[in-house]
Amino acid sequence: MTIQHKMIEARPAPKNTVGPVAWLRANLFSGPVNSFFTLLGLYLLYLLLTPTIQWAFINADWIGTTRDDCSREGACWVFVSARFTQFIYGLYPRGEIWRVEVTFVTFAALIAWLAIPRLPFKRWVALAVLVVFPIFAYFMLYGGHFGLPVVETHRWGGLMLTLVLAVVGMVGALPIGILLALGRRSQMPIVKSFCVVFIEFWRGVPLITVLFMASVMLPLFMPTGVSVDRLIRAFIGITLFQSAYMAEVIRGGLQAIPRGQEEAAAALGMSYWMRMGLIVLPQALKMMIPGIVNTFISLFKDTTLVMIIGLFDLLGIVQAALSDSRWLGFSLEGYVFAAFMFWIFCFSMSRYSQYLERKLHTGHKR
Amino acid sequence: MSVRPKAQSVGPKPPFWRDRAKRALIFQLLLIAAVVIFLLYIVGNTQDNLAARGITTGFGFLTNTAGFGIVQSLIDYSSQSTYGRTFLVGLLNTLVVSALGILAATIIGFTVGIARLSPNWLIARLANGYIEIFRNIPLLLQIFFWYFAVLRAMPSPRDSMTLGEVAFLNVRGLFLPEPQFLSGFGLIPLALGVAIVASIALAVWNRRRHEATGKRLPAGWISLGLIVGLPLLVLVVTGVPVTWDVPELRGFNFRGGVTVIPEFLALWLALSIYTASFIAEIVRSGIQAIPHGQTEAAQALSLPRNLVLRLVVVPQALRVIIPPLTSQYLNLIKNSSLATAIGYPDLVSVFAGTTLNQTGQAIEVIAMTMAVYLTISLLVSMFMNWFNARVALVER
Repeated sequence: MTIQHKMIEARPAPKNTVGPVAWLRANLFSGPVNSFFTLLGLYLLYLLLTPTIQWAFINADWIGTTRDDCSREGACWVFVSARFTQFIYGLYPRGEIWRVEVTFVTFAALIAWLAIPRLPFKRWVALAVLVVFPIFAYFMLYGGHFGLPVVETHRWGGLMLTLVLAVVGMVGALPIGILLALGRRSQMPIVKSFCVVFIEFWRGVPLITVLFMASVMLPLFMPTGVSVDRLIRAFIGITLFQSAYMAEVIRGGLQAIPRGQEEAAAALGMSYWMRMGLIVLPQALKMMIPGIVNTFISLFKDTTLVMIIGLFDLLGIVQAALSDSRWLGFSLEGYVFAAFMFWIFCFSMSRYSQYLERKLHTGHKR
Repeated sequence: MSVRPKAQSVGPKPPFWRDRAKRALIFQLLLIAAVVIFLLYIVGNTQDNLAARGITTGFGFLTNTAGFGIVQSLIDYSSQSTYGRTFLVGLLNTLVVSALGILAATIIGFTVGIARLSPNWLIARLANGYIEIFRNIPLLLQIFFWYFAVLRAMPSPRDSMTLGEVAFLNVRGLFLPEPQFLSGFGLIPLALGVAIVASIALAVWNRRRHEATGKRLPAGWISLGLIVGLPLLVLVVTGVPVTWDVPELRGFNFRGGVTVIPEFLALWLALSIYTASFIAEIVRSGIQAIPHGQTEAAQALSLPRNLVLRLVVVPQALRVIIPPLTSQYLNLIKNSSLATAIGYPDLVSVFAGTTLNQTGQAIEVIAMTMAVYLTISLLVSMFMNWFNARVALVER
């Protein structure tokens, strides 16, 4: 009997298990049923994509300024490019658009700082986003100080208004949401029931009735003679609505913190607000970020509803442009453009929240 | 019995603002006072404002004549009806579009969610594409797309798109044939009832026999045969007592049959497609939440693949799926209020829109509308909680 002392060289895998053909066989044609579905999928894709690509790219018209520049065979992107400034900035005075741009760039830089994990001073930047930036944005966008002329809110519109509404709703809802979530977990029966009723009320009604309420009933609640700006009414409605959803996200995060943390803090003689502010909330907020991003995405999509109470957000201004008599019949182009803009924002945010979830999820996973 | 040592009070009694119980009491009293003062302030302002505008409060307006027409109503309605009637019409329209939307969204959502987990790479990618596209576009935009870009761009009645010359789709809506039941049709629901009772009896008998002897019949197939076969048999025996009222082009529009207005179609399509993308994600994560060991253990017991799914994976996945599914159903019902943007006569559009504008009774109308949605939310969550408790894991 011979004993082999030498290790046998690893042999290459069988030919039919590697390479693109094997991949195709394993993933697309592993059996008659699978092959059928693959072919069906390919056929559906063909049916869907050919006319879409034909319409949106091959037969489309890109250059020009009026509708006569369009051949009407494919998409007429001239409609979008001719109105692009309006879609982004609304009726903001052309000479003052730099103010919007400066505000947005500042905001984007701050958010990017928060989103990139390696950068330091996160807490201070977050504070700047929540407190300093809104004041700065108010002076920049509304004006009236430092030599900037006032731009009335009825001139705000387009993507700018969508972003303003979403950010204000978010920044306003976060502190209220934290208070409501803490109240809902409180031992005090009256505080607790007040918070439960408040949260469940706003979560139980559609945003559109909230906006109707804000636009119809709010003027009735104010002292006689006091009128509230239409945009402020939308802000109030959206903030109240959003704070209820935010409270539920924060409650979920608070529940994930072990009780021992709070008990240990209490044993050190900390007061309630010190325990919450220094021990529980900093740990919980980190875990809540994916949930907060998700509610922000739904808020961002929900801001389109303000067009029903007469504000011109991105969708509202596209819809208004469609009824322009010089540009009748381009609804498809308008909607595709608006959908694309919303999609880019929502998709990238949802990707970011999934990335965070993966990062925070340190358990075992198959 | 152990006796607790009495706390030795060291020094003077602490002041009341250091006592936790008293502090909590004071804080809550302050909260109540703040809320009451706030409400009084609002009520006072509202009364002043209403007096200034000459609006009388109360629900008396509900019995006044509405004087406007509604394009779709499930109950008798004319412009002579009362405002109270407009409330009912709007409520029913909301419920119809919500119920059909939930049905369609569930079917599409489960299909796409399962397709997302398919071993077939292409099918999984397509399902993923569907989910990522439709859930990242605002619902209102999708409603506008279906209404203004698709259904409003349909051909005129003369050039309708048709399916076998019985169903027609054009700019005025979808026209479907309507069944007209002749005498003798009453036997068919009766036969269906008999079949259902027989199936239940069969299932009970089959389970007892299975427990006693270990033998079982394929009761599911037999029941299906009974429920489908018996009514069909009666239908054929009685000589098909149904005629179809097929829509016909007369003049500029179709007459006869059932008309589905384009507003309804657009809202229903958008709601179903949008909500289905969320349901698909819920179904996917629900199935993925089942540890793989469960499937492997079931396979080790040599259960066939369909039984692995039916007896092991699905019952456990449902537990994960149901709570978020409930909130999606509630979202769909609440989102149906976007109908007002395209003029589908739902509760918000008819009642909080036209009726509010005509009567000016803002507080009563908005309160009634919100109360309806709150009630629906509570009822649906109660039902789903009950269902959830039924399928919940019975732990020791």
